[in-house]
Amino acid sequence: MMRTNIVTSATGKKLQKLISLITRSGMEIAKRNGIANGGLYKRPFNESFEQAPMYVAVFTYVGFAVGTIFGYMRDCIRTFGLEKCHHSAEREEQKDFVPLYQDFENFYTRNLYTRIRDNWNRPICSAPGPQFDLMERVSDDRNMTFRFTGRIIKNVINIGSYNYLGFAETEHNAMKRVGNELQKYGLGICSTRQEMGNLDKHVELENLLAEFLGVEAALVFGMGFATNSMNIPALVGKGCLILSDELNHTSLILGARLSGATIRVFKHNNVQSLEKLLRDAIVHGQPRSRRAWKKILILVEGIYSMEGSIVRLPEIVALKKRYKAYLYLDEEHSIGAVGRTGRGVVEYFGMDPDDIDVLMGTFTKSFGAVGGYIAGKKELVDYLRSHSHSATYANSVSPAVVEQIIRTIQCLMGLDGTTEGIQRVQQLEENTRYFRKRLHELGFIIYGNDDSPVVPLLLYMPGKLGAFARRMLEKKIGVVVVGFPATPIMESRARFCVSAAHTREMLDTVLNALDELGDVMNLKYSRNSRSSRPELYDEASFELED
Amino acid sequence: MDIKHVKDYIYWLYYQYLLITCSYVLEPWEQSMFHTITVTVVAMVLYTAYVFIPIHIRLALEFFSQMFGSQPENMVSIMD
Repeated sequence: MMRTNIVTSATGKKLQKLISLITRSGMEIAKRNGIANGGLYKRPFNESFEQAPMYVAVFTYVGFAVGTIFGYMRDCIRTFGLEKCHHSAEREEQKDFVPLYQDFENFYTRNLYTRIRDNWNRPICSAPGPQFDLMERVSDDRNMTFRFTGRIIKNVINIGSYNYLGFAETEHNAMKRVGNELQKYGLGICSTRQEMGNLDKHVELENLLAEFLGVEAALVFGMGFATNSMNIPALVGKGCLILSDELNHTSLILGARLSGATIRVFKHNNVQSLEKLLRDAIVHGQPRSRRAWKKILILVEGIYSMEGSIVRLPEIVALKKRYKAYLYLDEEHSIGAVGRTGRGVVEYFGMDPDDIDVLMGTFTKSFGAVGGYIAGKKELVDYLRSHSHSATYANSVSPAVVEQIIRTIQCLMGLDGTTEGIQRVQQLEENTRYFRKRLHELGFIIYGNDDSPVVPLLLYMPGKLGAFARRMLEKKIGVVVVGFPATPIMESRARFCVSAAHTREMLDTVLNALDELGDVMNLKYSRNSRSSRPELYDEASFELED
Repeated sequence: MDIKHVKDYIYWLYYQYLLITCSYVLEPWEQSMFHTITVTVVAMVLYTAYVFIPIHIRLALEFFSQMFGSQPENMVSIMD
């Protein structure tokens, strides 16, 4: 509604009041009819971040307290020389200077992480498909050094790899095209994109990618992390404002800090917090000079990998249009994994890709390759071709990898003549729903949206992390457990990544193992578990009308 | 079979104690030290409870019964 304040006469004022009255009552009629949010969401949005009972928090603190006390005791013993320090320590001559290894991170590494270190960095000796082979390793000195026994643990079920569509495969027919390109081009590029590293394969990939995403143009880079950290400085600079989500990935944070713009953080997926920051930014402007900000860029991710939550894209796009900000959407986990045909969160919410200014994604997760891309309007992509650090100085993507990406995108779009792509996307959706539903029924606390293939299962106590991972490996299931620096200290978790290549039997094996472990280790904290059994109706309550 | 069931349950309780107090990750000699300290502290708490709580309860009951019990006698003397 345009309000023209030019008319200042009495009748003009009365007319304005009448107009505002009509619009207000119009809105009230709409509210009474029940259109909330103007119908922004076309499908139900179910997210849950259930809190554990109070005793769990108490026990977690107790566990960390015991670990810390023993950590200090061991550090004391090491300082007095009763035990040799195998970790990083200063040399004798340096001990009179400023201590180097006394901060909390080093304390944590020495005393807590090393004790359960055998659950991470496990060497794999096959492709990371739905099942893989692990090299067996043991430690003789409490995880300080490892040695391989020479045996290989075969066919360990893999629910930790980001293999959402199952393209990390070694099947001969699938890899034939990649092998041919390898014969034709070799492996190395030996140049940057702007010099001699721009192959016809790159142009073909970028055109195909732009068609897949429904945008005007796309640009491909060699490394997903570098895509974020090297391109955000090319887009924003000093005098701009970046509004970034609380739980953004390190690559986004690094890129934001490198750019030199002012960074403000809003609460995770909380649109009210974002709107408040936007209004403050527009009303108050830059900190000292009160000038308007040159650009306001909102940084969000499609699926957050530690929480499993999906971004509230329709509301954020509505906010961005109202306050004239720009949106940078990082779809590293959501491209290929959500959406009816695998085109990411934009398709999941039924929105137009033109609404989002910068679409970014990686090929490491769903496409089984390496690299990242940025897509959007042609002016943006042309600008980035000459101004991005990654395009100017970094090697471009290797041709065999490009062929793998082209193959997977053609499979997803159906251009190779089969329906395999759509089948994979639908299989992933089905697997995700089944896995999440069964985990809820079993009584575990799961974070995140019902449709996201990333499933964090909360473990909370530090003692349970090591025990959980080891026991799952004994049952030949490889999981990823995550603890303190990557997650808040109280909420350590095991993160499962469902894949389209998992069969129902594999998922059932995993679920049965989880059921058993949940009882043995007492992990079923949920108080809202939904039962799958339908309600039993009492026979006597049916009354037949004669 | 019942003995086995009881033994399994006790072992499960011990395992829960190890997981909750994070002594599952400690080295064996640290675990022995921690168990010794815990058992000592728990024994001292139980001993203190056993010795002092009955005495305190008896004294408290006497105190309150003196306060409430003597009232009707006072009222009787006034009414007289």
